[in-house]
Amino acid sequence: MLGTNLRRQALLIAAFGFVYAVATAFVENSYYQLIMTLVPVWAVMGLAWNVLSGYSGFVSFGHAAFFGLGAYSLALTQIHWGLSPWVGIPLAGVVGALAGLVVGYPTFRLRGHYFALAMLAYPLALLYVFEWLGYQELTLPMEREAPLAYMQFEDHRIYAWLALALMIGAMVLTGLLEHSRFGMSLLAIKQDEAAAEAAGIRTLAWKLKAITLSGAMAGTIGGFYAVVLLVVTPPAVFGMLVSAQALIVAMFGGVGTLWGPVIGAVILVPLSEMLHAKLGDVIPGIQGVVYGIAIVAVILLAPEGVFWKVKDLLLRRRARKHVAPPQFAGPPSAAVAQLSLRKKSGDGAVVFEVREVSKSFGGLQAVRDVSMKVVSGEILGIIGPNGAGKTTFFNLLNGFIRPDHGQILLSGRNIVGARPYEICAAGVGRTFQVVRPFRRMTVLENVVVGAYVHAASDREARANAEDALAQVGLESDAQLLAGSLSNKQLRLLELARALAGKPKVLLLDETLAGLGGNEVEEVIALVRKLAARGGTIVIIEHTMQAMVRLVDRFVVLNDGAVLAEGQPTGITRNPAVIDAYLGKRWRVANA
Amino acid sequence: MDAAQLVENFLQALTAGLLTGAIYGLMCVGLSVIFGVMRVINFAQGDFMMLGMYVAYYAFGLFGAHAVFGTAMDPYIAALLAGPVIFVAGIIVHKLLVSRVTGIRGSALESEGHYAQLILTLGVALILQNGGLYVFGSTPVSIATPLSSSAWALGPIYGDATVFVNQGQTVSAVIAVAAVLGFVLFMGRSRLGKSLRAAADNAEAAIYMGIDVDRAHRLAFGFGVGMTAIGGGLLASGGPFQPYVGLEYVIVMYAGVVLGGLGSMSGAFFGGLTIGLVQQLSTLFLPNQLQNTAIFVVFLVIVLLRPQGLFGTAARRT
Repeated sequence: MLGTNLRRQALLIAAFGFVYAVATAFVENSYYQLIMTLVPVWAVMGLAWNVLSGYSGFVSFGHAAFFGLGAYSLALTQIHWGLSPWVGIPLAGVVGALAGLVVGYPTFRLRGHYFALAMLAYPLALLYVFEWLGYQELTLPMEREAPLAYMQFEDHRIYAWLALALMIGAMVLTGLLEHSRFGMSLLAIKQDEAAAEAAGIRTLAWKLKAITLSGAMAGTIGGFYAVVLLVVTPPAVFGMLVSAQALIVAMFGGVGTLWGPVIGAVILVPLSEMLHAKLGDVIPGIQGVVYGIAIVAVILLAPEGVFWKVKDLLLRRRARKHVAPPQFAGPPSAAVAQLSLRKKSGDGAVVFEVREVSKSFGGLQAVRDVSMKVVSGEILGIIGPNGAGKTTFFNLLNGFIRPDHGQILLSGRNIVGARPYEICAAGVGRTFQVVRPFRRMTVLENVVVGAYVHAASDREARANAEDALAQVGLESDAQLLAGSLSNKQLRLLELARALAGKPKVLLLDETLAGLGGNEVEEVIALVRKLAARGGTIVIIEHTMQAMVRLVDRFVVLNDGAVLAEGQPTGITRNPAVIDAYLGKRWRVANA
Repeated sequence: MDAAQLVENFLQALTAGLLTGAIYGLMCVGLSVIFGVMRVINFAQGDFMMLGMYVAYYAFGLFGAHAVFGTAMDPYIAALLAGPVIFVAGIIVHKLLVSRVTGIRGSALESEGHYAQLILTLGVALILQNGGLYVFGSTPVSIATPLSSSAWALGPIYGDATVFVNQGQTVSAVIAVAAVLGFVLFMGRSRLGKSLRAAADNAEAAIYMGIDVDRAHRLAFGFGVGMTAIGGGLLASGGPFQPYVGLEYVIVMYAGVVLGGLGSMSGAFFGGLTIGLVQQLSTLFLPNQLQNTAIFVVFLVIVLLRPQGLFGTAARRT
């Protein structure tokens, strides 16, 4: 299915390119030829923006920095060294890529608003620097001796064709990215960065790759822009409108798709240019106003962009034709009862060990000197009243937070201080108390993201993901959007996502929460089945009821410390545990 | 350059920094109110400031004809007038546009809603600055006042070092500080101010307490752009400006607000003051053209090293 999808995309791109190229051939007016050139130029800028911001969700207001550096590097190398644009444009791309890396590394420490604002500062700072350097206006020299070697064509349609070629290159690149581990990882980051990291995605590395590629695309097209316009000034290449145009064509057309920026550019560039030509002398700022109105309208009417709006409408119409009847899960399988007394599958070796781990937040000691061992093949239940430090404990185990002191040993190796994705890769999978699916991805895609960490190829990741879905019984829902699932399905989805990474230890955070009676039994049966197959599981709950039938052993946390530890039967009668849960008075009254 | 000259240059830059910094502080307080109450980054803040400058410019023209308050004070009255005018403009823009993607409705948009606001205000910024080009023209204008060309000479202080304190700027700075104090008192003491702060703390809880959060957001947006517009009006008598002037001040304001810790009003004032000082003191060792670059660099360093601001406290979530 993925293959045919790609082929269809490629055909569409080829068809679009052909039509555009032919249409360009019939344009004689040089002003319209310029517009035909500028449409792909801004489409590439939009595509560049999209690679970073559309897929990863880190909104950049500063793509002019890469564009401008590309334009200036081309102009300066041609003016001072006589370098041909045939070399200068790729070089501009390299400059853009380097700039992306240099900007990205510190700036990715920021999130949300801060990231957007910091990105805004780069081009504006560069603008003044280039003015101060005395580059208020660079003009590319006319090379009458060797016009072709310097990309100086009599026939301006050639610029449009070159721009088109660059655009098709950018589209193909984006298309390849979209369907690869790269694109999927970025999408996962966009939807929930912490969950992606816990699922084994190396978030910083992917983000850096994205901004480097994005910078390369913007730098390349910036260099080309200089060749077309022949004059480079700081406001024209570093100005706010450049960054804004990149963002606006992409958001107008649709983010996170290769068609979005193209649609945006095809509509907005000619519109603003024509209005500027017709009314520019009467209404000087008309271009900016057009872009401003376009983005306001899109945000209010179709925040996902034209592409998605149209696609949603088409899908909805198609969906109305054949409405699938909702599927109800059958009664809990007979296997449940039969599993009530199970044998441990493992060899009894210690897989996971926690030694005197502590964590405090300010004055609050959330976890204090907790030690425990998890044996291969067992189901260990961690229980404790609300606020006992259970989730904090999990966050320590998978690297979201770093313990103040103590050791966490996975197969004997200390993993304290490792990043969450490293810990996931080492073999610790987890789910979340409040489910954190990637809502705008399908069930299968969610699980594929979790599978990357232990798969050499994308194909292997897909196979592992399908296997994991089959284990939890979600295979028939593989193509549903995660956002449309029920609570139980979401719990199973998270379980599958964690399983797909082939963990040695699976941390389940209140997986039974919010499930109905039958559903609880089903999930219990499933968890036992996983353990029976050799999985090692640590599960958190605050209710003891269901857990008694699930786990082999309990660790009870209270006030961040281990209160008791032992077999389910012993724990339920332990006075200290009953006190912690129900208060002393209850025990006295029921004694 | 001898020591006296150095001291003179330094004191001169310090004075200029404090005087412009006070006005920046006022503008930052405006931006900070919006962020503090609505959690929205208003990209168009600089352009509302620009509108404030033009309101002051035209109002000054009117007063110039009537000379009701005496010519010396005209530009300041005009600047203060920009406040209520832009307040109303802000209310309208919020009602028509911003409210659709913020507040209660915005939170339904999940993480995308968060950027929707930022990008919507970017659109508003583009419309205002380019529309401004049509309405106001691209020729820079300025408000000429007798005070802005006269100065008090202090000194000689050290050797023969003399510091000139521009009278116009001084009056502007005093008005700016007074406006900030008045506003902080208003937010702290009045019933309306308290309800705005309640809406800021916890929009949902505020709704349950019977506070109209949509209205609180609208008022905060109006107050925010209004305060900044007064700052703009005060700057208008300092030098020429054109419709694109807002962009230069967007970063000035954000730098100040981030420096003070996003959402803190008093922090924003001191943040703005600091930015004014950085800008003016940077002229001692940087060429004039790089003044703004110095601000951007300071801004980047602050967000990268201490995103909670110099005076703020960290609030990080996974």
